[in-house]
Amino acid sequence: MPPLWLQNVLFLAGAVVLVWLLRRVLRSERYRRAFIRLRRDPLGIVCAAVVALFLLIGLSDCLRLSRQESLLDYAFRHVPVEESYSAPLARTTYDEFDPKPLKGRHLLGTDLLGKDVLHQTLKGCRTALIIGGLTSLIYLPVGALLGIFAGYFRGKTDDAIQYLYSTLHSIPNILLLIALLMTLGRGLSNMALALSITAWITLCRLIRGETLRQTTRPYVEAARTLGQSHWKIITRHLLPNVMHLLLINAVLGFSGLVMTEAILSYLGVGAPVGTASWGAMIVSARTELSRDPVVWWNLVAASGALFLFILALNLLGDALRKAFDPRA
Amino acid sequence: MLTYLIRRLLSMIPILLGVMVITFLLFYQINRPETMARQILGPKADQRTVETWLAHRGYDKPIYLNTRPGEPLLDSQFFNTLKGFLTFDLGISDYNDEPVAKMIRRGILPSLLITLPAFIVGFSLSLLLSLFQVFIRDSLLDRWGTAIFVALMSIPVIVYVIFGQWIAANLFAWFPAFGFNFEGLSTARFLALPVLIMVLSGLGSEVRLYRAIFIEEIRADYIRTAQAKGVSHARVLLVHVLKNGLIALITVVVASLPFLIMGSLVVESFFGIPGLGNLMMNAINTSDFSLIRANVYIGSLLFLFGLMLTDLCYAAADPRIRLQ
Repeated sequence: MPPLWLQNVLFLAGAVVLVWLLRRVLRSERYRRAFIRLRRDPLGIVCAAVVALFLLIGLSDCLRLSRQESLLDYAFRHVPVEESYSAPLARTTYDEFDPKPLKGRHLLGTDLLGKDVLHQTLKGCRTALIIGGLTSLIYLPVGALLGIFAGYFRGKTDDAIQYLYSTLHSIPNILLLIALLMTLGRGLSNMALALSITAWITLCRLIRGETLRQTTRPYVEAARTLGQSHWKIITRHLLPNVMHLLLINAVLGFSGLVMTEAILSYLGVGAPVGTASWGAMIVSARTELSRDPVVWWNLVAASGALFLFILALNLLGDALRKAFDPRA
Repeated sequence: MLTYLIRRLLSMIPILLGVMVITFLLFYQINRPETMARQILGPKADQRTVETWLAHRGYDKPIYLNTRPGEPLLDSQFFNTLKGFLTFDLGISDYNDEPVAKMIRRGILPSLLITLPAFIVGFSLSLLLSLFQVFIRDSLLDRWGTAIFVALMSIPVIVYVIFGQWIAANLFAWFPAFGFNFEGLSTARFLALPVLIMVLSGLGSEVRLYRAIFIEEIRADYIRTAQAKGVSHARVLLVHVLKNGLIALITVVVASLPFLIMGSLVVESFFGIPGLGNLMMNAINTSDFSLIRANVYIGSLLFLFGLMLTDLCYAAADPRIRLQ
């Protein structure tokens, strides 16, 4: 484990780099035009705001004040821990025979251990952010570069890359994930690795197709005639021209990753025990529905957060696609 | 046509070989049989038990080449696994010594009993809804429909399953919330709810995809020609668009057909249907590596088979492809 301050600096640096990249990208013509189109789409803006909010909450839980306490925990420090279940906004614990008065009010009630459900649900953002972010960090560069290599160099390189992804793709996604997690072992980083191994394929195919189209354009030929190196053509000419596909794929891919995490939790190969993930929350809360009287707020809070995040990402992805390609 | 078919078949051999190698690396190299043995027999098992367990399954042989004197060179774990895959001799379960092939065969029918109806109902419903959306395209209802389908698609399948079971058990008491049997009509009662949930959970993404395919088709030039010469709107949609759009749909639908055998992991295990998905779930819980290995291999075989079927349908629908 690296020291706390280093972890915090790394997370903050990641956030700063992301914002800087977005601002940098907005300078080019194509992105500015897409941004103007996106601004006219109210649904897209709302979704972008929701996604940003979730990511910020996740980031606030990544920044730790001490080993036990994160910035998010600090914000919830005045919320007391109760003795057991309590319904949303109730004044007493959820007990038919012997209800005890609560120490405070809880917007979404409390769970079996008396912890505030809203707090626990918001903590789920961190797992989503780490899984989605770490996986994207691995699969986006790999998928994009291999896709461009395949489309640009063609021939043997193309054959090799195509063979690699067709082979991996022919193993059904969820089975490959289970096999990887069973053999590599559970844990957030292994999960990100396993998810990247399955996620880069779609991106690579997409980028390869687009690169094949782009390389027939005169500007690539012109660059080559002027004597630019392959590396320069790839990074300066081809990459900027497929970057918007990367952006759209990253947003839609993120929603897929969060969704898959929930399914993997259910299958028993999800995030390790003790990680506050929405999937794990849903799985552990499902027996609470068969209780009498029924405890529903735990399940509804986790499912609601998961649904809202995925929906916002999906709609944002659609809005981005429309902004970059208004004809489709 | 036959040469085309043979060429496609031959091109799949290296991919299948690659799958076998990946499976082998995962289950023999990264996760050694000795570790598996410890995981299954428990940390207290003595060395003798572990050794007999390994020998019983052939896990005690050398990994790649057998260089022991007096034994055939290829009698190693790698080549035996390859041979097993090719002859469908999938070995015995790591957990309870039952032959894996038998366990899988037993799971196919219950799996098909829920996936097949779910596929038929889901496909027809998606087709109808997407055609209707194309018919009223760009209207307010169409936009709301799209929003609803995106929302349906954003709900994870476990949420569908949990809430679906709860609603069915509490509001519509005639659906059994759990279980399965093989007794005529009562089987249907057990199947109704899982099938309904599978249809619902797949509906969003399917309608969206089909709608996109049909919308692309309706923008084609020949549609404008048809409309210009006065063909009715309904005829354009149901004859021209549907017919041509179906060719594009083939890729998606036919490729997924073989997977119906695999069942559904989440739905089956949640409703206690003894299909292949449930088997896989048990394999995860009991760390039954040989069963997972076999499932991975069969899954990719089915995928390649689906690819074959797609190619065949394409070639049948479009003569240009056969000549390439």
